[in-house]
Amino acid sequence: MWQWFHRLGSPRWFYQASGKWLPWLSLLAAILLSVGIAWGLGFAPEDAKQGNSFRIIYIHVPASFLALAGYYVMALAGAVGLIWKMKLADMVMKSAAPIGAILTFVALVTGSIWGKPTWGTYWVWDARITSMLVLFFLYLGVIALQYSYTSQDAASKSSAVLSLVGMVNIPIIYKSVDWWYTLHQPATIKFTEAPSMHPDMFHPLLVMILGFYCFYAVALILNTRVEILNRERRTRWVLDMLLNSKKGSS
Amino acid sequence: MFQFDSFNEFVQMGGHGPYVWASYVISLAVLAWLIVSPLLRKRKLVQEVVRERRREAARQSNPVSAEHVSQGKA
Repeated sequence: MWQWFHRLGSPRWFYQASGKWLPWLSLLAAILLSVGIAWGLGFAPEDAKQGNSFRIIYIHVPASFLALAGYYVMALAGAVGLIWKMKLADMVMKSAAPIGAILTFVALVTGSIWGKPTWGTYWVWDARITSMLVLFFLYLGVIALQYSYTSQDAASKSSAVLSLVGMVNIPIIYKSVDWWYTLHQPATIKFTEAPSMHPDMFHPLLVMILGFYCFYAVALILNTRVEILNRERRTRWVLDMLLNSKKGSS
Repeated sequence: MFQFDSFNEFVQMGGHGPYVWASYVISLAVLAWLIVSPLLRKRKLVQEVVRERRREAARQSNPVSAEHVSQGKA
């Protein structure tokens, strides 16, 4: 058990293992996203009330899911880094912040564009929308903290603390549509109930959500790998690998 | 079944075309950045490391002239 834990904490082991996962994950993400986008844009039936504007759901909902899931990843990695001083966890946390910020941005922008034909406005200070905006600022805060210390240790520590404190926002986002019934509709998909969508509309959404999960994994791995190389650039294994691959490719 | 009768109808989406296409294009562009930016950073990092190594190797093989080179540059 502990051996496994230590191996997982080794940046070198992660770099080598993730190099093997990457091609498969990328292929899976590319297939799922292409199928999901074509299905959602062209083949899913039109919504009876919203017409074709509802097709934005195939970006909006998966991006929102991953914006939240990405926050768990970041906060969890931050906690592991704080408690066990695991370097790899700090690198994962740092890489997760900009990915989460961009996914939250996508959720906000697509929601806003969708709001115009549906609600007649791009923006309202609805509880769900406002708490998502807070999530966006939390991600930006973590990114900013990463760059405001000269010592990487201090930067990791304070961004881990901020991401853990920011966890209070997560249940607020989930519950916002039930607590304050303003404009944003309640969740379309719940784990406890059958989806309230027609299967013909729901299946492409499922494909897109899976595609976004794979995409997230690819993005996180790619960013973490660069972070590993950057921080371990003075170590033997990184130098050997970089200098040899340079010779081999040129 | 494809839901639209013509390509033109597909683009217009019953008047919702601008909203739908703007959402997809903006999202895909920023998401693509998440893949492109680490690849660019990696390439830059490899170049930096190779340059650092070369400078170090030069300094070790000929300390005096390497010193001159670095001072001349600064």
